[in-house]
Amino acid sequence: MTWKQVFTSSVGKKLVMGFTGIFLVLFLIVHVGLNACIWAAAYDPADQGQMFNKAAHFMGSNVLPRILEIGLFAGFFLHIFQGYLLTLENRKKRSTGYAVAYADGSKWYSRSMAILGTLLLMFLVMHIYHFWTPSRLGGIGTVQPLEEVFYNGVKHHNLYAEMRDVFVGNTLIVALYVLACGSLAYHLLHGFQSAFKTIGIHNKKISGLINSVGVGFSIIVPLLFALMPLSFYFGWIK
Amino acid sequence: MLNSKIPAGNLEKKWEEYKGHCKLVNPANKRKLEVIVVGTGLAGASAAASLGELGYKVKAFCFQDSPRRAHSIAAQGGINAAKNYQNDGDSVFRLFYDTIKGGDYRAREANVHRLAEVSVNIIDQCVAQGVPFAREYGGLLSNRSFGGTQVQRTFYAAGQTGQQLLIGAYQALERQVALGNVKMYSRHEMLEVVKIDGKARGIIARDLVSGNLEKHFGHAVLLCTGGYGNVFYLSTNAMGSNVTAAWKAHRQGALFSNPCFTQIHPTCIPVSGDHQSKLTLMSESLRNDGRIWVPKKLNETRKAVDIPEEERDYYLERRYPAFGNLVPRDVASRAAKERCDAGYGVGTSKQAVYLDYAAAILRYGKIEAGKQGLENVSQEQIIAMGKEVVKEKYGNLFDMYAKITGEDPYEVPMRIYPAVHYTMGGLWVDYELQTTVPGLYALGEANFSEHGANRLGASALMQGLADGYFVIPYTIGNYLADEIYSKGVDTNHPAFEEAEKAVRERIEKLMSIKGTQTVESFHKRLGKIIWDKCGMARNAEGLKQAIAEVQALKKEFWSDVRIPGEINEMNPELDKANRVADFIELGELMCIDALNRNESCGGHFREEYQTEDGEALRDDENFMYVASWEFKGEHNWELHKEELKYEVIKPSQRNYK
Amino acid sequence: MEHYNMNLNLKVWRQQNKNTKGTFKMYRVENISSEMSFLEMFDVLNEQLIKDGENPVAFDHDCREGICGSCSMYINGKPHGPWQANTTCQLHMRAFKDGDTIVVEPWRADAFPVIKDLMVDRSAFDRIIQAGGYISVNTGNAVDGNTLPIEKQKADDAFAAAMCIGCGACVAACKNSSAMLFLSAKVSHLALLPQGAPERTTRVQNMVAQMDKEGFGSCTNTGACEATCPKEISITNIARLNSEYIAASFAD
Repeated sequence: MTWKQVFTSSVGKKLVMGFTGIFLVLFLIVHVGLNACIWAAAYDPADQGQMFNKAAHFMGSNVLPRILEIGLFAGFFLHIFQGYLLTLENRKKRSTGYAVAYADGSKWYSRSMAILGTLLLMFLVMHIYHFWTPSRLGGIGTVQPLEEVFYNGVKHHNLYAEMRDVFVGNTLIVALYVLACGSLAYHLLHGFQSAFKTIGIHNKKISGLINSVGVGFSIIVPLLFALMPLSFYFGWIK
Repeated sequence: MLNSKIPAGNLEKKWEEYKGHCKLVNPANKRKLEVIVVGTGLAGASAAASLGELGYKVKAFCFQDSPRRAHSIAAQGGINAAKNYQNDGDSVFRLFYDTIKGGDYRAREANVHRLAEVSVNIIDQCVAQGVPFAREYGGLLSNRSFGGTQVQRTFYAAGQTGQQLLIGAYQALERQVALGNVKMYSRHEMLEVVKIDGKARGIIARDLVSGNLEKHFGHAVLLCTGGYGNVFYLSTNAMGSNVTAAWKAHRQGALFSNPCFTQIHPTCIPVSGDHQSKLTLMSESLRNDGRIWVPKKLNETRKAVDIPEEERDYYLERRYPAFGNLVPRDVASRAAKERCDAGYGVGTSKQAVYLDYAAAILRYGKIEAGKQGLENVSQEQIIAMGKEVVKEKYGNLFDMYAKITGEDPYEVPMRIYPAVHYTMGGLWVDYELQTTVPGLYALGEANFSEHGANRLGASALMQGLADGYFVIPYTIGNYLADEIYSKGVDTNHPAFEEAEKAVRERIEKLMSIKGTQTVESFHKRLGKIIWDKCGMARNAEGLKQAIAEVQALKKEFWSDVRIPGEINEMNPELDKANRVADFIELGELMCIDALNRNESCGGHFREEYQTEDGEALRDDENFMYVASWEFKGEHNWELHKEELKYEVIKPSQRNYK
Repeated sequence: MEHYNMNLNLKVWRQQNKNTKGTFKMYRVENISSEMSFLEMFDVLNEQLIKDGENPVAFDHDCREGICGSCSMYINGKPHGPWQANTTCQLHMRAFKDGDTIVVEPWRADAFPVIKDLMVDRSAFDRIIQAGGYISVNTGNAVDGNTLPIEKQKADDAFAAAMCIGCGACVAACKNSSAMLFLSAKVSHLALLPQGAPERTTRVQNMVAQMDKEGFGSCTNTGACEATCPKEISITNIARLNSEYIAASFAD
């Protein structure tokens, strides 16, 4: 079996979804951990986002994260592209549908991964526009560069201030972010354990563990993400 | 006229001698020889696969949508083999002896001995194919005991042994399909045997999807089409199980033997109403642990659980202390009928007896408590632990019972009643499994050979696979070796044309009747006649009436049946009509055979012939023969007798007391 | 168990053959006993239709004891109807009550074309088995059955997978019309046993390739197959199939 045969088979296509999915889960861990630094401001009013900005600076200036970032974009692209392709392909396998749908054999969100994913894609575009573009492409064309701060004489983007600008007083944006976190939660609730099944984990003890961790992850991570815009919006951090 | 071609020599050497001397076909010639296999149950699938492996060009036919659905799949309990893995004194001879005795001395010694010999190879073959038999903790194969024997020689896969064995054979068959050695024709029904110069040379089959008739040539034709239990309408057979292929062969000159030998299985779920379309068997293995009883009091109205121990009649344990609940099927069935006829039956219909697991649950619970070293356990805990054990052993059967009846068998005793299950009779075959038509073979339940007048549990699977895997690959070569000179016949040969025309005309005739009664209603009426008068107990008077009634029914069928739809389309009613028409003819022959056999033996119980305590009374003097019937025309058969010679075993009255 | 009779409305898919378009038709059946099986209720309907000069409803059925895998009705939005771990033939009418309307459709998947009414063509399953769902051992080659001890747990797991009856309910239930539960049951059955080891690599490769060729969808682990499977085949088998496939993809 050639690699081409592997990755064009139905199982191979799913493997791409599974592996990119797990990769994106790992990214979420990094992302949520890093962003959680904003709450340093809640304990130390003098922080003013310094911890967060430093962490972001590290990610933006070190070469390793920059290489991983390319992988990240590739991962997103593959996951999204393959996801849509599979959804379309799978739809075509039943040209005459049922008059009564089979609803209670599976969870609604496991059947709605494409819709949840589409919501996340729309969010992703907005999210990139809000933070990634000014940070990476600021100064190019019409994109405004970010405000800058100096810590120990080193220039840092003040992403903390950017967050504050985006969220404070912007009810609609905050609502969209919270909604996206909801989509993410359900997407993960199915996707997390499904990805591990797809890559072949079938040991009962391990899959039991993965299922529990998956549920925890799907609740905690999106909740933390959702708390970030809310923290600014409600002024828990300033 | 009947030459059974039993090899000379000592019984235990016959098969070896035969294999050592039968003719062989060289591989280059095998490629040129075509074999048709009709039916893909255990016998058909294993034969088609094995012949394909040998290099013959095989065409296999089944009426189901896939060969995996043949009714062998429904066999539950297990398959016998003389492995003696349990060190309990089993041997090839004992399996042979038990089978002959169980069959009430109406089977051929040589065939049965061969069956016992190859039984051990079957298990090995199936294990190699990946059949997941039940195993012990040490990883070795597990056994259980079955009715009519005192050793544990039954191999099993929970309550689905038939399924697992059939899937094994099916996979072997599909492998040959993939290799191009077998061509599979699903949703095809064989409607005629084509004979040229007295030899079977092919079949006419109907594609059930398009309704088209097809002509298929073969140097030999194997009928592996199962039994005819559906003549009773209600039986444990599948809805599609039929006698048509065997009956066509019979009308083309193959003798039909012992049609009256039908097996009524003692542990089935009782009939619940007129709507019933089929009966469901509960594996005989349930008799290992369950106790069968009826109330001692006539017209008992109390619930089973409210009847105290001393008012229960464990009639099998009472009548047959040595074998108890494990007497052979015919004995157990008749005993149940006797109690119900005497008015002790239970349930709303009063046509049922109890199969009780309360004692087994208690016994297993106590063993379990002992194993776990528990003391001072309450009765409830013991029962709970016992239920767990029973669930592990028989869970799927209990679930099935609960689904069908809506009752919980862990709490209340099950109600069971005998039902038609298997037919020992079938096409007459010689030692080589060849019928009286050269080149036409019958394997598995379709032939008459190994079970005499009554089959022991877990022997049907054994016979089907023995015939297909280990007998036919040798015996067919002995015939085909002389056929290498005959080129394949063009299916435009006049014999094919004529056969096809006859089939077409019959179908057109059926469709043109356009009467008022449905096929189903005729089938039901036929079943009632046969069950009432040629069922568990028969008498001359009733049989004579039955013959007249069946003849009248045939007339009515051919003048008033209504078949909707068209010929050239998927038309299940037409398929059914074809089958029921043949069942009606067979029904008549069954009654004729039962009337001819003035004795009681095995599944054939003539009320006139019984001992003082109601046991079957054989007449070895006059009836130690295979009654083989030759079709002579409408309502006309000629009897041929094949004498049964017992050289090793001395027939005696079967005694399970 | 209390018995009762009921009158029912049936909305049944009727389709002349695979080339024509089908449609739903309404029928009424009366005095149906709660003790009847679902198929016996259909027998009543068919007898009635024949008497009325109409064509009876064609449906696959054979053993009527839940093991042959022939029956294939999609009843009120679930393959094999409302009961768990059940086939259509074992569904009994006490699952319904007087006045109910029951919608009955065929398995729907392009890989299972309708032959007539509720009857579909499932020969794709046979071709998947042909691609490798067996152990290549010719008759007569076998060694003694007890020369190869098999861990009880493994034997039991293999049996649990081998219980598949090939009915196709998993495909019918799956939103992607995927045959992965069927396929994985066979791959697991043979992969769990030492006898299956020599062909492990090619088996999974060829069977997956055949499944794709037949036009089944891919698996998204929704679990609908497992929930509807009459033999409760576990979705864990699909994960095992995936791991077999990954291992096979690294093989030379």
